[in-house]
Amino acid sequence: MTDLISTVIAKYNYWIYITLMMIGLYAMIAKNNLVKKIVGMNIFQTAIILFYVSIGVKKGATIPILEHGHGPDAHHVVHAVDYINPLPHVLMLTAIVVGVATLGVALALAIRIYNNYNTLEEDEILAQIREK
Amino acid sequence: MKIIGLIIVVVTGALLIYAAADFPAWSDPASPASTYLSPHFIEKTMEETSVPNIVTAVLADYRGFDTMFETTVIFSAGVVCFFLLRISRREEEEPETRYYRHVLTGVTIQLKEGYKIPPSDDFERIDAAWTPPDLIIKTGCRILIPFVQLFALYVIAHGHHSPGGGFQGGVILGASIILLAISHDLRTAVRRMSEKLMAILCAVGVFIYAGTGALCLLLKLNFLDYSALAEVLHVDPITARSHGILIVEIGVGIAVMATMIWIYNNVSSAGRYRQGL
Amino acid sequence: MIWPIDLAILTLVVVAAIGALMVKDLLGASVLFGAYSFMMCLLWSIMGAVDVAFTEASVGAGVSTVFFVAAVFRTSRRTRD
Repeated sequence: MTDLISTVIAKYNYWIYITLMMIGLYAMIAKNNLVKKIVGMNIFQTAIILFYVSIGVKKGATIPILEHGHGPDAHHVVHAVDYINPLPHVLMLTAIVVGVATLGVALALAIRIYNNYNTLEEDEILAQIREK
Repeated sequence: MKIIGLIIVVVTGALLIYAAADFPAWSDPASPASTYLSPHFIEKTMEETSVPNIVTAVLADYRGFDTMFETTVIFSAGVVCFFLLRISRREEEEPETRYYRHVLTGVTIQLKEGYKIPPSDDFERIDAAWTPPDLIIKTGCRILIPFVQLFALYVIAHGHHSPGGGFQGGVILGASIILLAISHDLRTAVRRMSEKLMAILCAVGVFIYAGTGALCLLLKLNFLDYSALAEVLHVDPITARSHGILIVEIGVGIAVMATMIWIYNNVSSAGRYRQGL
Repeated sequence: MIWPIDLAILTLVVVAAIGALMVKDLLGASVLFGAYSFMMCLLWSIMGAVDVAFTEASVGAGVSTVFFVAAVFRTSRRTRD
């Protein structure tokens, strides 16, 4: 039992990322409102970013900005153990900015749909399409 | 649909939980993600590029090609929003009644179709849903905006030594103009930063990035290998890489700023720049 | 890394995410999504990913929320789920 609890607490970040991913996926599939679907998409995306950032964490390490001084003999010897893994951060930094760009496009599409059908609910839009 | 969705989600979640059991322990220094490639970057970045912030160095130098196309993605997102929403001035029908406001007295005039006001600077065109702007918000934002912009420039310029860089600085610069649009109205913001200027700045940002790469190519090194800039900038190749990163960050900043404002203008006014949030 | 804060914020993140999807008003959903993004930003700065946290604070909590509010202003606040 204590074994189980310690595993649950040790990988808490991973469980939360899975929960958030499930919430986002469910919202994308089952929600009826287009803006709610877009919110779900963003939650899904943030969950993946949380996963990547959690991978990069190292115990006893500091943020990935190197300690440095100025002048010719300012270079310290850098040990990789002292700094958090920066590569996931780089990947996710660009992902966030591209995420906001896709969010803009998604909202633009939602506004176009609203202008045509005067509703954001998926079933009402489908009913209007079937009537035509 | 809800039940099918729930089944799919539960199955996916179960698979992910099954996989998570095999993950390396959280914050383990010996996990595979931080043992093979990342030590190289952590140890060599300072020697090779003289940039202390590893994230900036990897973003703009080692993975420069990737970031260039990310900038292109943002640029095309801005263009897509424009094409989806913008209603061209010819198609946009003029509303039957227009509203003008006399600036000095605050009197609002309603004009029916066919009538005109005398050409004078005292009148300004206002929206149908116009509300008197709050003095406190307007003044507060006017004081705040220059500092926000100054901070954004600091974030771009100091991205080598502290968290920050082109993406963040560009977004903050864009947010300052969006703040202007929210606190005053969209008309004021568009007057300060016209649509044409925004489109040009979007392209200029991407051009600065790609142009830096092409310049390196012309100076007989690989595309985006900034050490080629050493001849032009008269510094040693390592410092040249640091300067090259700054140049492309400025390009990214310009492109991101213009795109954010462009998307906001289109989304908040649904393509009619006359009536915005 | 202070683990009680980490656990508390991780739990709050889930609450904010569920709240953003459950609330029956799109403006409320946008604001809760902003809160969710900001909580995520705190989480990443705890984990030492300062650049990512900074980007999320400016992009996710700032500009995204503004986009959502602008889109809701242009469409409708009504939602059935």
